[in-house]
This record gives sequence, structure tokens and C-alpha cells, in this order.
Amino acid sequence: MSVGLPFYLSVSAILFAIGLVGVLLRRSPLTTLLSLEVMLNSVNLTLVAFSRQVGGSDGQVFALVVMGIAAAEVVVGLGLVVAMTRREMVLDTDELRSLSG
Amino acid sequence: MGIVVFFLAAFLAIVSALAVVSQKNPFVSALGLLGNLVSLATLMLLLEAQFVAAAQVIVYAGAIMVMFLFVIAYVGPRGEIGPGTRKPWQVVLAVVAGLLVLIQIVLVVWTTDFGKPASVDEAFGGPGAVGQAFVTDYLLAFEGVSVILFMAAVAGVILGAGPRPKRLTTDQVMAKEGEAEARRRAASRAAIEAAREAEPGEVR
Repeated sequence: MSVGLPFYLSVSAILFAIGLVGVLLRRSPLTTLLSLEVMLNSVNLTLVAFSRQVGGSDGQVFALVVMGIAAAEVVVGLGLVVAMTRREMVLDTDELRSLSG
Repeated sequence: MGIVVFFLAAFLAIVSALAVVSQKNPFVSALGLLGNLVSLATLMLLLEAQFVAAAQVIVYAGAIMVMFLFVIAYVGPRGEIGPGTRKPWQVVLAVVAGLLVLIQIVLVVWTTDFGKPASVDEAFGGPGAVGQAFVTDYLLAFEGVSVILFMAAVAGVILGAGPRPKRLTTDQVMAKEGEAEARRRAASRAAIEAAREAEPGEVR
């Protein structure tokens, strides 16, 4: 490893923070999902970096499981976007408040 | 060499992540995510996780991105809401929350002594080592992911199918679109019927 573990973890932290700001700020459900993907990917980088540091495959297995779950989440999220479009609803997460108290 | 590749890939990953959260057009955001994925795969290659890097490119760039682009094209300009549509205090709070998380992680990371990285052999990070761990120690997680993916596929079909768009009668078309449009649709429907009767064997 030419660059130490803290460098990789810092890059991952920066990406996580950017994705978090995106999830909090964007109102389009499509862009919110894209920002979520950025966050999940940064966590994957952390897992792989620790896996290299420890020298075991466990972190890489975890990263692959995260990838599978991310795929499932995207399927459901995009299915909701398509269903909203078919019902001619506004694609704005602020307008979806029929469940708020 | 490794240091140059690391900083280049890290820079590209951060720039593309910024593009994802800051662009109005979801197409540009999706392409930013693609750049982010490829940069992260490069970083994973530097960490000798070849199989995860390959899976990252295949699963994300190959499958998830195609689905994203398909839905963005299907939704069209309705999906565009720019990042500047929040109230100023919301923007300030979100940026402060992101900065707090960042400062917290960076502080912990740089004040911890992780020690020397372990020495690894040739097989580390290859499909053999990862697959071995998957079907021995992590068999339950493996099966769980397959069940969740199956459930997601069923949910996607149910959500995407939804209610069928109603077929309007000639009177309704006339009320909504005007008489000329109603005549045009009736004529085209009659033409299709006539063609179907002329060639009964052909499926349309």
C-alpha cells in the first residue's frame, strides 16, 4: 500500500458528507437516490480499505453484500418513481406528505 | 506511481460526487455517479480488491446505471428540480450537518494509530478468496441477499405495472382534445380494424 489507510478513509468521509448534503438538499427523488448511491459507495470504500489493512476477505464480502442491497433499494426506489409518474403526481419529495402528522 | 494514481482517482471521485449533488439535470447527475463509481473502482484496485472493483463496475455501471438512465429518460423533464429550490436556512443546516460528520470522521481517522497494514499473498482479493469466504463463513448473508433481490424484483414489477391508462371513448376525446382529433383517432382505429379483418392470420 503506497498511501496509508487514513487517506482512503478521508476520501470516503468526504464522499459520505457530499452524499449526505445531497440527500438533505435535493427535492427530486431521482437525485436523492443518486446521492444515496454516493453514500453507499463511500462506505464500500471504507470496508475495502479496512479489509486490506486487516488482511482478510471479510470486508470485501460485506462490500459485495452492500452492493446487492443497493441494487434492491434502487429497484424499489425507481419503481416508486415510475409509479408516481404513471399516476401523474409531482416528482417532488416535499409534496409527498400525506403520511406526515 | 501508486500515490499519483491515488490522488488522481480521489480528486475525480470527489469532483464527480459534487457533480451528482449539484446538477439540475438528472442525466448529468447520473453520469457524475458513473465517474464516481469508476474512480472508486480504481481506488479499490489500489487496495488489491480486484474482484470487488470488477463487481463494482459490472453491477453498478452495467446494471444499476442502465436502470437509472432508463427511468430518467422515461420521466423526462418532470424529474428536474434544481438544487437551489431550498430555503437558505435549510441549505445552511444541511451543509453544517455534512461538515460536522466530515470533521468528526477525519478527526477520529487521523488521531488513531492503525498500525502497519497486514501483508497479503497473491490470492488476496481475487474471486477465489472472496468466493471461498462467501460460501463458507457468510453463507447466510449470501442466501439473504438472494432472497432480498428476488423480493425487490417482485416489488419492482408490482410498482411499475400499476393501474392501466384508461382508454378514452370517442365522446371523451372530443371533449378533451376537440373534434378533429376525435375524428382522426376514430379513423385510425377503423383502419386498424379493417386491416385486421383483411389478414386474420397476422398478429398485430
